Amino acid sequence: MWRDAALMAGKDLRIEARSRVATNQVAPFAVIVLVLFGFALEPDRNFLQTAAPGLFWVAVLFCSVLAVQRSFAVEAADAAGDGLRMSGLDPAGIFLGKAAAVALELAALEALLAVGIVVFYSTSLTGVALLLATAAVATIGLAACGTLYGVLAAGLRVRETLLPLLILPVVAPVLIGATRAWEVALGQSLDDGWKWVTLLAVFAVVYVTLGVLAFGTLLEEA
Amino acid sequence: MAPAVRLRSAVALLGGFPVLAGADLEVQPGEVVLLQGANGAGKTSLLRTCAGLLAVVSGSAEVLGCDLTADRRAVRRRVGLLGHSTALYDDLTVEDNVRFAVRAAGAPTATVEPALVRLGLAGRLRSVAAGRLSAGQRRRTALAVLVARQPELWLLDEPHAGLDAEHRDLLDDLIRGAVAGGAAVVLASHERDRASALADRTLVMAGGQVVPDRRAPRSGRPEATSAPPEDASARLAGNFPSLDASEHLEAAHVA
Repeated sequence: MWRDAALMAGKDLRIEARSRVATNQVAPFAVIVLVLFGFALEPDRNFLQTAAPGLFWVAVLFCSVLAVQRSFAVEAADAAGDGLRMSGLDPAGIFLGKAAAVALELAALEALLAVGIVVFYSTSLTGVALLLATAAVATIGLAACGTLYGVLAAGLRVRETLLPLLILPVVAPVLIGATRAWEVALGQSLDDGWKWVTLLAVFAVVYVTLGVLAFGTLLEEA
Repeated sequence: MAPAVRLRSAVALLGGFPVLAGADLEVQPGEVVLLQGANGAGKTSLLRTCAGLLAVVSGSAEVLGCDLTADRRAVRRRVGLLGHSTALYDDLTVEDNVRFAVRAAGAPTATVEPALVRLGLAGRLRSVAAGRLSAGQRRRTALAVLVARQPELWLLDEPHAGLDAEHRDLLDDLIRGAVAGGAAVVLASHERDRASALADRTLVMAGGQVVPDRRAPRSGRPEATSAPPEDASARLAGNFPSLDASEHLEAAHVA
């Protein structure tokens, strides 16, 4: 399973490196979202700083939908998905590999967005340990959940429009938990940030487990 | 010797429609079987069923000793399918595509280079992205995947389509070589002359069923191809009282 996951992740990342969709389209999209939030809220600079954690994670959620759509679009072209099924790769390995590739792409985008909120919103990044821990577990949860719903929608003709409708409501706990944890890390709240990290970790574990168990069946139905 | 493929009254559904409506087929290792029939007769569905891509919901299906009704995945690494699509990743190079497919199948990567050389892809083309290839070059890359994977069962759907004369001859050589190595080959083709010359047997499909076969010597022209396949299948379709798929399914369930 782990060998298949590494093979799958390597393949997806190589495709992204060659196509540059993540760098030339998704990353600019993420920055544009941040800038547009800034335009909309600019009269109140303090509000921008206060809202920065929420705006950051909303932008990450939008990017995660694009990353998942891209991840399954490459399998839909020229019946590559049939080739994938014929390869005999362990479905759990395929799931883990695809989720890992999406997670790595999201991690890179989050680094870019973090720079963005510093530059555009004048946010000071404090509580780095909590910020990084939150980002790590939230990213794993988003990637696992997105990959699971991505394969669910993969066989449908309306997948491009259906996928956001499926994913965004389901990842609401990630948005809430990650935003609250970052508010604590940035000194905007006196709440216990680590309890939110725990919630995010539970979310990630649930969706990784569901993906490992269900991905094979969903892939056959796709 | 156990047959490479043994289907008995196999029924397979696609979107609720029975694309195989009680198909019978037996293919021995080292044998080439040609499937002919009109469009929609079930040739592609039969190949996809043998590859484990379509579920058999009734009847029995055994491929390379694996019971497809119990587990469709187990056989896939041992089967090579060349369909209408080439199943290549446009953003990966020719070599990357072949190497990924071979590694995914658990085959030794030492077979990649000879396969690229054999298909004439070892030069400049190896580093070209699949998305920039012509249809014939894509077809050759997909064939290189098959050659490198060395499957025990080759399932070829219109394999000559898109290839120039030189590479059609090469494909015929590859098929003969695979058979000489003990592999079984099932191909669907509308190119009767070329495909018949390769085949040990020619079977006609109609309405999701295989018409009882007529054996022909490898060197001779199979009798079944003396009439146009479309005409033959249309004529045969009229002789099947159970060609209505829903009726066939009901009968299968009752049995």
